[in-house]
Parts: sequence; C-alpha cells; structure tokens
Amino acid sequence: MSFFTPENLEKAQVLVGLYPDKRSALIPLCHLAQSQHGHLSKEAMEEIAELLGIQPAEVMGTASFYDMLHTEEVGKYLVGVCTNVACLLGGGQELLDHASDVLGVPPGGTTEDGMFTLEEVECVAHCDKAPCAQVNYRYFGPLANDDFDNLVDDLKSGRLSDSVPHHGVLSRVFRDAPPMVSLEIIHEERRVMDEAKKARLAAQSQEAGGKQ
Amino acid sequence: MSTDVSQNLITISVDGKEIQAKSGELLIEAAEKAGIFIPRFCFHNRLPQVGMCRMCLVEVKGPRGFTLQPSCYLPVTEGMEVITESEKVQKAQDGVLEFLLINHPLDCPTCDKGGECPLQDQTLTYGPGESRFIEEKRHWEKPIAISELVYLDRERCIQCDRCTRFADVVAGDALIEFFGRGDHTEVNVFPERPFSSYFSGNTVQICPVGALTASPYRFKARPWDLSQIESSCNTCSMGCRIMVQSSQNELTRYLGLDSDAVNHGWLCDKGRFGFEAINSDERVTVPLLRKGDEFVETTWASALALIASKVSGAKAGGDANRIGFILGSRLTNEDIYAWVKLAKGVIGTDNVDSQLGDGLRGEVIAGLPRATISEAVTAKAVLAFTGDIKEEIPVLFLRMREAVRSGKTKLVTIGTRSSSLDELSEVKANVGIDQLQLLARELVSSNSKFAEIASVFSRQGVSSDGEGLVVLLGRENLAVDQSVVEAFAVELSRALPKARFLVTLRATNFAGSVDLGAAPRLLPGRSLLENASAALGQKWTRLPSQVGRGVKEMFKGALQGELDVVFLVGSDPRADYVDSELADSALDRVGFVVSVDTYLSGSTLKADLVLPAAAFAEKSGTTTNLEGRVFTLNQKVTPPGVCRTDWTIASEIALELGDDLGFSSVSEILDEIADVSPLHWGLSWARLSKMATVEGVLVPVSGTALSIRPRAMLDQVSTPGIASVWNQGLASSKTAYVEGEEEVGEVSPVGTPPNAVSGMGLMEPIWPLPSIQPTGYLNLAYVQKLYSRGEHLKNSPHLSRLIVEAKCRISSHTAKQLDLESGDMVRIIDKVGGEASFEVEIDDAVSRGTVELTRGSFAVSGFSPVRTDETVNYVKLERA
Amino acid sequence: MSDKIVTARVGIPNSYTIASYLEHGGYQSLRKALLEMTPEEVQAEVTASGMLGRGGAGFETGRKWSMLKQDPIRYLVVNGDESEPSTFKDHLLVENDPHQLVEGTLITAYAIGATRAFIYLRGEFALGLERVQTAINEAYAHGAIGRNIFGSGFSIDLVLQPGAGAYICGEETALIESLEGKRGYPRIKPPYFPAVIGLYGAPTIVNNVETMSNVPWIVANGGKAFAALGKGRSTGTRLFALSGDVLRPGSYELEMTSKTFRELIYDPDLGGGLKEGRTVKAVIPGGVSAPWIGPDNLDLPLGQDEVAQAGSMLGSGSIIVLDDHSCAVRAAWRITKFFNRESCGQCTPCREGSGWIEKIMHRIEMGSGTESDLDLVLDACDNIAPGLTWPPQQTTICVLGPSIPSSVVSAIKMFRDEFMIHIKEEGCPFVH
Repeated sequence: MSFFTPENLEKAQVLVGLYPDKRSALIPLCHLAQSQHGHLSKEAMEEIAELLGIQPAEVMGTASFYDMLHTEEVGKYLVGVCTNVACLLGGGQELLDHASDVLGVPPGGTTEDGMFTLEEVECVAHCDKAPCAQVNYRYFGPLANDDFDNLVDDLKSGRLSDSVPHHGVLSRVFRDAPPMVSLEIIHEERRVMDEAKKARLAAQSQEAGGKQ
Repeated sequence: MSTDVSQNLITISVDGKEIQAKSGELLIEAAEKAGIFIPRFCFHNRLPQVGMCRMCLVEVKGPRGFTLQPSCYLPVTEGMEVITESEKVQKAQDGVLEFLLINHPLDCPTCDKGGECPLQDQTLTYGPGESRFIEEKRHWEKPIAISELVYLDRERCIQCDRCTRFADVVAGDALIEFFGRGDHTEVNVFPERPFSSYFSGNTVQICPVGALTASPYRFKARPWDLSQIESSCNTCSMGCRIMVQSSQNELTRYLGLDSDAVNHGWLCDKGRFGFEAINSDERVTVPLLRKGDEFVETTWASALALIASKVSGAKAGGDANRIGFILGSRLTNEDIYAWVKLAKGVIGTDNVDSQLGDGLRGEVIAGLPRATISEAVTAKAVLAFTGDIKEEIPVLFLRMREAVRSGKTKLVTIGTRSSSLDELSEVKANVGIDQLQLLARELVSSNSKFAEIASVFSRQGVSSDGEGLVVLLGRENLAVDQSVVEAFAVELSRALPKARFLVTLRATNFAGSVDLGAAPRLLPGRSLLENASAALGQKWTRLPSQVGRGVKEMFKGALQGELDVVFLVGSDPRADYVDSELADSALDRVGFVVSVDTYLSGSTLKADLVLPAAAFAEKSGTTTNLEGRVFTLNQKVTPPGVCRTDWTIASEIALELGDDLGFSSVSEILDEIADVSPLHWGLSWARLSKMATVEGVLVPVSGTALSIRPRAMLDQVSTPGIASVWNQGLASSKTAYVEGEEEVGEVSPVGTPPNAVSGMGLMEPIWPLPSIQPTGYLNLAYVQKLYSRGEHLKNSPHLSRLIVEAKCRISSHTAKQLDLESGDMVRIIDKVGGEASFEVEIDDAVSRGTVELTRGSFAVSGFSPVRTDETVNYVKLERA
Repeated sequence: MSDKIVTARVGIPNSYTIASYLEHGGYQSLRKALLEMTPEEVQAEVTASGMLGRGGAGFETGRKWSMLKQDPIRYLVVNGDESEPSTFKDHLLVENDPHQLVEGTLITAYAIGATRAFIYLRGEFALGLERVQTAINEAYAHGAIGRNIFGSGFSIDLVLQPGAGAYICGEETALIESLEGKRGYPRIKPPYFPAVIGLYGAPTIVNNVETMSNVPWIVANGGKAFAALGKGRSTGTRLFALSGDVLRPGSYELEMTSKTFRELIYDPDLGGGLKEGRTVKAVIPGGVSAPWIGPDNLDLPLGQDEVAQAGSMLGSGSIIVLDDHSCAVRAAWRITKFFNRESCGQCTPCREGSGWIEKIMHRIEMGSGTESDLDLVLDACDNIAPGLTWPPQQTTICVLGPSIPSSVVSAIKMFRDEFMIHIKEEGCPFVH
C-alpha cells in the first residue's frame, strides 16, 4: 500500500515530526493527500492512519468533521458561494442561485465534466467584497452575475490556472526550517534564564532591604 | 468514572440535605449513593465522563450564584451546594429530553430496546406527553450491520459517545467513530473495516437507546417476556459475572454484571453470545450406545449398568489403574468433586487429569503464591510470561489495559512472539527458553544481564525478594513443553519468594480442578495423596493405592494397551489435546470409552457410550476463577431430553457400583467440600447464594470470618437490560435496584486453618533438556485465538461465522526466504513425518523463522504439530 | 507616529516580505525583548498596556499570561481561525503583515516561557497560509526563530497549522483539540482552562492574531503609550470590520472609543453612509453571536464596556449594518442556519436545538409560520440559554449554544411586527 508519492511521503514525514504527538499532523496530512489526489480517498486515509499509528476510522472521524476535507470526489474547481449574513444582504443567495443555473448543478453538485463542484459556504472573511465566492479557497468579489460568468470562463479556459491550482492544493509554500530545537536544549536554556531571574530577584530584595 | 477519589469524607448539600461523599467523587455518583438519582444518558460509571448529553444538569452554587452544571463532570468539594429539583433544573432536563426526541424515530414498537430503554423510560418519567416538533426528522438508512454481531440504527442514536468511548478507551479498538458534524453526526465504521472487536457486544449492552442491537438477540424478546438469574460466564477462567436471561425455557441473552473484583460489567463477545450453543439442535439429549459405526439410543439404566460392568471388569482384570478419567474445564466444582470422589474414593484410581497439555501441573499451580486480579492491576510491576491474554482471557486484558493506561502499574512482557500486551509494555523482551533460567535468577538484581527489564522493576520499587511484583503465568506457546514454564515459575518463586503469581491459563475451571484434586497425586483441598486429611478419611471410603497418570501418560499407556476404560467428562482431547495425533491413536486403543458431553465432538465419535450432560445455565453449582474466586452458577433453563448434570452421573455410577457418594444436591456437595477441603472452609450454598455473589468469595478463605460487602447499587442506565427485566419493563422512576445487601456474619472455623495446607511447598525446578533444531526445520508456535475452532463456537450460529481459518502464518521475512506468498499452499510436516496442507498467511506479528498455527483450527489424521516428548517443536514447510 | 498600530504597514507594496518588514523596523521589538528585557519585563509592559484580547471574549492579555501554570512544558497557540461571520480583520493582517504576527508570537513565547509555539490559521485562508509560511521560513533564515535567536540564549520553534473548515475551532479548547488532530469538540471548563490544561494536557496560552500583532508595538513603544489610547478598559486601537448595508465596507483600525457606531457608519472616510434614502434598522455588533442593537444606540462609542452596557458585546469587532430595506427575519434565520451548520454536535441542546430553531425560522421566513411558532422558538431558545439573559446562561458545553438565540431573540424583540407580517401574509414582504 502506498498512496503518497515518494516526494509527498517525504513531506508527510516532515509534518509528522513537527509535533510532540504525531496525531497533530492529521489535518496537515489530509491537506497533503488532497493536494495530491483532489480529495481524501479511502486509501489516503488508510495510509495516514498508518503514518500516525491510529485506526483509519479515527482519521475519517476527524476528517469528516471539517468542511474542507472531502472524502468524496469533488470537481477540479470547488466554487463556494457565501450566503452568510453580510453576503446575504449584498445578494449572496441570488449569486448562489445564478451560479447553480450557470453550472447546471445544485449546491453540493458536481458538473458532469468534473470541472466544478458548487457549494454554499459560510462566511469566508471577505465581507467587504460581498457578495463573494471562493474557488479552491482563492477569493473573488464582489461578484455580479456577469462577473461570475467571466470567472467561470476564465477557469474553464485555464486563464487562472496559476492563481487557482486544482482543488486540494492549499498552500504551495512548505516549511523550510532547520530541525526542531530539542526539548533538552530548551530546558537547559530555561534553566539558565530561571537562575538569572532568581539572581535578579535576590539582588532586588537585597536592594530593597538596603533601602529600609 | 472519577479518577482522583480520595477516602476523605466531606459534606455537601443536595436539595437542602447534607450528605457525605468522598472528596473528588463525581457529584452524580455521590448523589446516587445518597439515594438521589440524577437522570443521565452519556454518563457511565466505567467510562471517562464527557458531559455531552446534558441530561444531568443540576444547579450548583458558584461565584455567580446557582448555575446549571453537568453533575457527571463535577467532582464534589467540601460545602458544595446543589439543587437537583427545581423549576430551572426541571426545565433544562425537559428541554434536553425534548431535543433528544425531536429527531428520534419513535419506532419503539419495532425496537429491541422497547421496554428497557432509558430514553423511553426517562421520557415516561419526566417528558412531555406530546411532541412540539412538526418538521421533517433526520433520516439515515435503517439498520446497517457494522459487524457480524452488531447492527447500528443511526436514526435512534442520541450521540452519547458511550459506544465510541468504550471502543476507543476501554477496548482499544477505535473501529467505530463519530463521523460528520453537528446534527449530521453519525456513528459508523470505516469503509470495509467492520467493528470486529472482541468486545463489541458491550456497546450494545451500554447503548442507552436502540441504536446498537446484537444480531443474536434481535427481535427475540421483550423485558417482560424475560426472567433472569445471576451467574458466571464459563467461557474462560476469568469468571465474568453475568445475568442469564431466558424466555420460555430458551436462553435469550447474557449481560455483564458489574463486579468490581472481576469484570467491571464487561464481557467478551465469545462469552456473551455463547448462549446460542446451548440452544443448539446439535445437543446430545439421550444416551447413545455404539453399534458398529453408528450410535443407537439407549436408556440411562442400561447405560449405567454397562458402565458398571466395564469398570468392574477392568478392576477384576487387573486393577483400578486400568481406568482413567479426563475431566473437561467447564465442569462446576461440584461436578469435579463428584467425579474425583468417584475415581479416587470409590473406584480407587488416581488416573485423573483435567489438563490437555495446555496447562501447568497442579502441584506447581497449587505451590505458587497466588495473586488476585486486583493485586495484579495495582502491583508495582507486572511480569507477563503468558499466552496472549486478549485471545485467551479477554476481559483480563481489559483490566490490564486499564491498569497500565491509567498508570496503576507497569508491565514487562517476555516471550518469543508478539502479543496484544506488547503495546502496553514498558519493555517487551524476546527471551528464548535457553535464557529463562538466568532471567528467573536475575530478574530484579542490580547487575542483571537483563538490565532493561530489571531497571523497570527497580524504578517501580519491586524489592529484591520480589515484593510488589505480580507474574502473569501462562502458556505463551503450546509447542513449548509445559515443563519449561513450570521450571521458570518455580525458579522465579524461589529467587523472589514475595512475588505473587496469577496463573493465566484459559481453561475455565482449572483452578477448581486443581483445588479439588482433578490431577494425579492431588486430593481436594490441594493436599497430596500421601497426606490425606482425617476429614477426608471420614467422608471417603477408599484412596488410590498409588500415584496415577496424567493425560499424557494415560494416552501413552493406552497405546500399550494399559487402559480398559476411559471417561471423557466434558472433554474433547482429539480436538484439544496438543498432540492430537497421540490422542487420536490412544483413544482407538482403549477398550471402552465413555463420553459425557453436550455435543457429539470429535472425541465423542470415538466413544462406545455417550451420556448427555446438562450444559451451562441448565445446572447450578460453583466455579472458581483464575485468582481463586468462587462464584455461583445458577440454573436458568431445564436441560433438553434426558440430560443429567455431571455430578449426578458420577453419583449414579457409584450407586451402580454398589457405593454411594453420599450427597444428593449441589448444596450437600458444597458442604462436603467445605468439610474436607481447608481451602473452602466456611462456604455453603446457602451463604454463597445469599451473599453478594457478584464479588464471589476468594479461596483459600482467610481471616476468621467470611465478611462480605453489601452489593453495589445498580445504575439502571448503565446496563438497562438488567434493571428492566427486574422491573418487567416498567419505567422504574428514580429508584435504583439494590439486592442482597445482607451481611454474612461470623462463620466459625471448620477443620484445619487454611494457612496450614500441607505438602504443597515449592519443589525443585526441573529444567528439561533442550531439543535440537534439525536443519531445514522451523520453530513452531502453537497458539490459541479467541475464535479458534471448537464445539462451542461451531454450535453458536452467529459466533461460528468468526471462527479463524486454519492458516500457516509466517513473517514476511520467512516468506521471502522460502519464496512463499500469501495465499500459497504449503505442506507442514511434523517431526515424525505427519503432514497437512495449509494456506500461507503473511503476518509480521510472527517471529522470523517461526511457523504459527492456531490451535483447534484443523483436524488432520496422522498430523500433529506438537509432539509431547519434545521440549520445543519444529516443523518443515514445503510448497504443496 | 502613525495613528495605526497593526495596520501601519498595510498598503505598502510587498508589505508581507521580510525585506519590507525589516525596512520598516521589523524584528526590532523582538531584538529588544530578547536582548534587553527579561520575560517578566515584557509581561509587565503588556499588562500595563491593558490590552484586551482581540478574539471576542475580551479578556485582559496580561492577566491571561499571568495565569499560565509554570510547568516545564508550556505552549503558545495563536488563534487565527477567524470564522465569526463578517469578521475579516485577521484575514487582512495575515495576508498583509505576516511578519508582524510572527514577531508578536515570538515575543509572547519569550514572555511566557513557551517551549513551542503554533499559529493555527483558518484553512480557507490559502493566501494567508502561503504568506505566513513564507514569513516563518524567512524568519528562520533571518535567525529570528529557532536555535538561540539573535544570540539571546532563547530558542523556540514556530509551527504553522492549517485548519480545515470548522467555525467551532475558533473556540480555544476546540482549537486545541483540532491542533491535536481530533474533531473540534470544545472541552468542558472547568477543568480544561488552557492556561492549566491545554495542548497535550500542558499549560497553554491561546491568543488571537490581532492581539499578537499588537505586541511588537507595545514592546517598542511601551505599555503606557498603548494604554494612553482609548478610554477605560478599552485601550489601544482596534480593527473594526464593517459590512452589510453600508457604502464602504472594510476593516478600519480606530482608536478604541474614539468613534461611535454612527461615525463609523457615516464617516465618508469610513463606512461612507448608507444607500440614498435608507436608514439604519439594526446593527449586529461583535459578530453574529451578539444581540442586535437598534438605531437608538448608534451614538455609543466603540468600546468594550460601552457596548456591554447596552446589552450586547464588542466581541470580534465586526459590525453588520441592516438598513430598512433588509428583512430582519431573513437575517436572523440565516444566522441560525449558520449556527446549525457549524454546531459541532457534541452536546444535545446545541446539536438538536440549532436545527430545530433554524427549521422554524425558515418556515416563518417562507410564510408557513404561525404566531405560536414565535413562543415555540423562544422556548427552544430558552432551553439552550435559560432565561434568555445577557450575558447568557447556558445548558451547553461551550458558548456557541447561547449564541444561537441572540439573533432570534433580538429580531423577535425588536421586529415582532415584521414576523407577524410574514405570518399573516404568508411570505416575506421584502424584495431580495
């Protein structure tokens, strides 16, 4: 069984090493799996479970809690239209209806060609651009119907392929840092700091005593 | 489940009433003990609390006055002020109940839980009469099978987290989980990974609604159709306390009772669902006599007469030593005593054994200082040299797991194969049998060659004489002769006289068998033949004139034509004796084989006469668990056909032989046992039944009196199926069921004080000669799995689907060396040339260079992987 | 000195790069803290600043730090899971000035003696994740994170953790669970106060992105200078995220209490007023968990205690304006739908109550409600937040529960007539 590509497996192992308890790498690993495969497949969850030393059911239990982790296939572009209150006031519901008409699928649906999945989403913190939408978590707004149509055209034609990678690719910047400082070193440093603190306090109290 | 409870008593005020509670105890439990039952769903006394259902909200005074707080989550503190009955509390609880019901399907008429459902009961007690919810309810596909044994109906689920918590925290099988979020949260399994936990039935037992149901019980009965009686499971030596329920003389269900000393309410699935075997159509219900290749029905009278003539003939032709008795492990203490008395005290032979090459010599077991389960789970440190207890004594595994995870003890495991205990162990050491002697001598010494192991014990404060150490001693590998384990134990006990041993053999009543003399050279009360007590002399007319044979010697003797009559009492050596080939050929050579059994087993088919025995729950008696705790077993249904209890059959054979065992009831047998055995001093049927049997009585009985604690209250929401049968399905408001509170007073000493059991000092360790590994041969591991094939499983329709297939398990390394892959067929050739074909299964839990076979998973004539004369067994693999 | 603190560099080209950050004084505060100040002195400055947490609960930052149990292993976790509807201030900060956040985090880690620090950023912030990870990488290369920072003898590692889409993870104990790789279930307090039992059971400080972003300025300028801004407990500046029916929605950094709601909404440099001829119908201050305020409260200053006294809260600093052409029922329904979708499902009243309330509200908005539905919905709300008081009581584990009723109760109280029109006319009278 090997879901991750060798390159991603290396990244996965780096992620697992970032935490005192490796289970913390669960969500980052799920994102990594989605970046490779577009969604979180059964095989991916099984491999993540193995990397973390837990049951696949635990991976799925956690993953299924989060909206961004898709255990079912989704389109290349996940189009999320916000209808939360600020966008609602700015026409978010109408934009969603329009998007549904244009893409020919209801919210939650995926177009037949597998290009688009439409979602109704909660506030994406882009409220000064209401009504807004996100495509694979890249933001667009405010969107009039025409703007939306143009956006879909741009995505279809590939004009946005640089700024909007396929679904699953979240951050394209990976950690580039030296190995973690060991707890032993940190404890030793803190011990030195504590002693300095004690010395300071002693000096202060002596000083205070002297004044009296 | 509160963790930091101290014994300090404090005072809190509940509804204006001052009550005493232990500091740190949870408010919900403290109130309950004071008779104030706070409604709850998610809280369970054996699970960590989560505070999720919010049903137990009460008002608690804090810095901002009285606020609603979950009483399951709040440890009591001195002076705490609590209101459990107020308009505010009532409204909050009603609100929670209404919320739980809005999406509930209310399909009680077709729900197994109807009549024993805490949601139904608490709605009747507290809830509104009418629903204010007119919207569309949440829908899920109706029940889905999440395993062979468990169905899940997500529409009924109230997301209390009991099942998921149990699976994760208690069983360590996080195979069921919450998926999704919010009001679309569901419990489910990962695709294609069923809930195949050995403990899955417990989730059904503790589910407070009808979300989880057990396939063997589905649509079987309602609580008002059921009656119940307490008993102890006899599937393995743990002796888990259970409630046996039946309807119209048919067993319907076992539920775990919460015994603090033993099972904490949990059961393994094999124990829980094993009742199906007793209802099986395959039961032997009439005496059967061999006529050529067939059995014909016969009568008890002619069967008994035939036995008497065969026994008399054997005695006349030679002596009593031409007769042998092999007793099974599921007999009650009274059955064992009756058969031992028949064999040794009436017929006069010492050829009695109850172990099938899978145990340890009775003298060794009796000679080792015994540890209780409670001592094991709180010992400073535990050394495990045993079979995989998760496979053999599953609930003991749960107890050890809990103990290690909560930091109550630390575990070191030794052995050559991986086991479920490994993940719980501080150190797992691969110690070959050639190193055991040294290890026994240097286990805790400061300059031990086994520094890693010794350092754990020294960190934990185990003293140089072994004080604080408990050893779990069993049979790690049945292909290694028991003499190795015995020598190790004796050596260890001599080096560390204060170390205590919990003998972790699986066989159900092995402890009772040893205590009651079902072994060569032993007499009831762990006395040696040569040291028979005066008390015994008063009750027994005769004693064997010489030390008899164990099973191995009986079989070897049979091959030489030295046995005329063998009684197999609930014993199936052709399947269960480790050298199945020896058993097979020996039984062919015995003149007359009598099988007293419940099914036609492999051995029964070789019998000349088959006598139908009453099974578990069809008879009463007592049993002794691995730590020496005596429990009552109670009859719930009448046996089918003309089945008789094993002890009755022994009595009748004695009568037929012109003698009299001198008792005519279980109670009389127990009285006699108490008279002749100093171990069982003070016990009587009346007392055991009256007493708080849920905790049983430890033997040897110590102190001057049998002082029994009043039984704990039963929280009806923790195991709803028990309380509801008691209440016959009526919602029982807030009162908790309390039974058998009676204290037993002083019991006068009878006979010899138990501490002076004579003749059972430790013997010298006898290390067997090592076997030489022939070239081209691999080590053999012969192990037990929970679902190893056996008559009991075979006859349980649901459990039988779980029987493990006979496979040849090897590590990937070994497979590579032999150029084998999973699924290949191989021949396994034993040391004397017998062979059988198996499918290869790659399993890296198996050591390199080892072939692992599961006990009981095959029956091939002429083939036996284990040969009794070998210290270690080797086999050869060839591609088939 | 600019009147801005956390957004001072917003608008500078490439403000998110380390080059730009260093050019504008970046990492000088960290140097100062590590090389010239003791951890206690840093803490003292932050305490003196009186800065209230910028996440929503508004707890004093210095006091929070002082409550940290002094165990050998301690964690700092930055809460960047900004998901409160209409709150878009942290979003701005992480995209435009990630180094400021990193620097503030490192100073805080030093002040509280953390052994490792994490920034938990909302998963949907793809650009923010890239910017912050880049900043962390750059800061490592610059010697500002990792072993022996700036030769001070202080080492700390900083890990960026992406969320994955769950509002509840903004709740600090749910965030900790999520950071542990679990479902984002809030923990029960007591005993799970993070400062005592937090990440991996160790004492943990959880601070908001904006809070952290203020720290470098406080170290550079002193706590007193910070406290000199604002009034009363509301010190310093705050980012107010203004949205809804205004002409110029946006995040505006203002000195606390220096402006009123009216000024924020109508100032041509700020909200720019409403559409021609419209009036303010209601304002939702502090995120959708907060009770609404009416036009009569527009002259309240933007301060923590001032808004609390009016029966609501400043919360996350988001302000949604509804004008008289917007439907109160529809807005309240949409907010309950949000809570229903975002309820974690752990405890009964929130899991089941949120769905029920949403269904009733939806029915009313769509024209199939009855007058008795109003009592029913209020009673269901009461079973989540007994007494429907403010600040609320709760039958739930966390505060998401009592947040559900806020909008429903506000809307029914303030606009009962509008509900009755929906019921009588069997539909929504507003055009949308």
